[in-house]
Amino acid sequence: MTMIFGVPMAVFMGQLTLGLVNGAFYALLSLGLAVIFGLLKIVNFAHGAQYMLGAFAALLGFRYLGINYWLALILVPLVIGGLGMLVERFLLRRIAHLDHLYGLLLTFGLALIFEGTLVNFFGVSGARYATPEILQGGLNLGFMFLPTYRAWVLVAALTMCLFTWFMIERTRLGAYLRAGTENSQLMQAFGVNVPLLITLTYGFGVGLAAFAGVLAAPLYPVSPTMGSSLLIVVFAVVVIGGMGSILGAILTGLGMGIIEGLTKVYYPEAANTVIFLVMILVLMLRPAGLFGKEA
Amino acid sequence: MTLMKKTLAASIAVAAASSMAMSTAQAEISDGEVRIGYLADMSGTYRDLAGPGGLSALEMAIEDFGGSVNGSPIVVFSADDRNSADVGANTVREWIDQRNVDMVAGLVASSVTIAVTKVLEENNGLGLVSGSAASSVTNEHCTPNHIHWVYDTYPLANGTAKAVVEQGGDTWFLLTADYAFGHALEADVTSVVEANGGQIVGGVRHPFPTNDFSSYILQAQGSGAKIVGLANAGADTVNAITTASQFGLTQSGQQLAGLLIFLNDVHALGLEATQNLLLTTGWYWDMDDQAREWSERYFEEVGRMPTMVQAGIYSSTMHYLKAVEAAGTDDPETVRAQMAEEPINDFFARNGRIREDGRMVHDMYLAQVKTPEESTGEWDLYEILSTIPAEEAYRPLSESQCKLVQN
Repeated sequence: MTMIFGVPMAVFMGQLTLGLVNGAFYALLSLGLAVIFGLLKIVNFAHGAQYMLGAFAALLGFRYLGINYWLALILVPLVIGGLGMLVERFLLRRIAHLDHLYGLLLTFGLALIFEGTLVNFFGVSGARYATPEILQGGLNLGFMFLPTYRAWVLVAALTMCLFTWFMIERTRLGAYLRAGTENSQLMQAFGVNVPLLITLTYGFGVGLAAFAGVLAAPLYPVSPTMGSSLLIVVFAVVVIGGMGSILGAILTGLGMGIIEGLTKVYYPEAANTVIFLVMILVLMLRPAGLFGKEA
Repeated sequence: MTLMKKTLAASIAVAAASSMAMSTAQAEISDGEVRIGYLADMSGTYRDLAGPGGLSALEMAIEDFGGSVNGSPIVVFSADDRNSADVGANTVREWIDQRNVDMVAGLVASSVTIAVTKVLEENNGLGLVSGSAASSVTNEHCTPNHIHWVYDTYPLANGTAKAVVEQGGDTWFLLTADYAFGHALEADVTSVVEANGGQIVGGVRHPFPTNDFSSYILQAQGSGAKIVGLANAGADTVNAITTASQFGLTQSGQQLAGLLIFLNDVHALGLEATQNLLLTTGWYWDMDDQAREWSERYFEEVGRMPTMVQAGIYSSTMHYLKAVEAAGTDDPETVRAQMAEEPINDFFARNGRIREDGRMVHDMYLAQVKTPEESTGEWDLYEILSTIPAEEAYRPLSESQCKLVQN
């Protein structure tokens, strides 16, 4: 059997594939953070909680309203994104002129409130969300058994990432957005409703988190604390990629997923820390991040 | 004049008598109140196995006892230790210094328990540990100031691992949480598996906590071991079992062995993912009439069936209050001695007794998770397969490293 650094080829390929799946997840989550930070300069600490709310909305929607997975994949991001817009309109806008730190504290506080409220009603053990029938079972890739659902997550997450990148970098709406954050007064003089654009952008970023939450619901137990453990890693990914860089967030997310996956084979004890080691290295050598433009 | 003298003398006598009565009462029950502090993880990973549900169990015990001991009311304080040893130790120090708390109940994460029992020993307090797993709590970390009530890693390994090897599961791959508790469990399991003729063929120490187990499950599948042992707890165990079912681990002929599984974990995972899992438990709500009767009362109060830890909190608090009543004092040393004198046989513990190392030994049970077809209700989750007698279940005193045991 072919060996790669003392590990059988098949195992190596398997871990690479799983790393890619996790990486797609990181990419999707860090993308939402990057969009919000890049365009609004808000460090959105509620992102993990919004991801969790997405998973919960899918679970409760199915349990009480009979909304199936596919419908949830569309509806939940809209609902949670709408909730995000309310947060932006009535809370974040009031502190937009203050230092970034206030936005960070506000969103962190919101995250604690969302989590605490749900813990109170649902506990922390989590609940299961059934995998949709058509995505059950697995694919035999020769070197591993890949559950179909994970393959779907990879495809769905990457498609969403590309869609977002295209929207912001290649469309007129995206151009308005970028210009609006660059010089909002000038844009307003041209008759563009910048505050509305900002509200929509925040809602979109939150919707991305909720979309990731629905994708995650069949994979992990749906619990109020599922977002907080992920959030820190995702922040590290954004810092490595460069705060605010859309493409950076996507590529770094995938890369970090793979690095983490391989660490799980060669030195599992360090699996939770390896991303932070990379972060330290990147900050030392390229303080603006791998794809960042400004320090 | 005589009348006045008599009245005066009488009132002095009454005053003296009443002040004497007061001072004796103070000597018996400090501050005229029995003060209990409930310390547990109220919001994190371990919330559902003890948490607010454990506080309800404690309050039930006090209510059933009548709310007071020999006329002195029972007062409860509670706090969230957030699974932090520092927070736990500081809270208990404050309770003892400023509120004269007589007994601390709950105590879940082993790291918090070990820190808190040190504080209790320094300040001559009393702790009744219900939630912790590490057997070191009454081994190298034993103190004369605490009692470990519900279970520990020794019977967990001894019960589950032994039964699995006897059923032919002789090659093991271990998924271990990379911290003190996981290491202790891993060591206990390894020695039990090897002593029974089995073999550990591989393992992974994963960070605590871990979100995604897919990589480790893949490694376990690649190992070819018959049994994949989970030397972790709480959300990690739940995550590992979920992932194993997604990757078809059991369908491909391997079997999972959960070494520390609580009722709330199985409830959360559902029977589809956990069916036929073997586990060791200190108690199960549906194991007999006595347990059922208490649990149904608890269910009415809380809305969930109790875990073994929550039942243990009731049992240990009740035993404590009875000891305070019998001894006529809440002095920790006297009460602990009184508690150790009485055997424990209630809805929770069978053949229970408190050893000199502070371990409350009682019958443990080997259980199997039911299949969805066998289960008749939301909480009908376990089938009790056999009883592990109290005297066999726990680490024998002859192997103890506890300073209170003469070896």
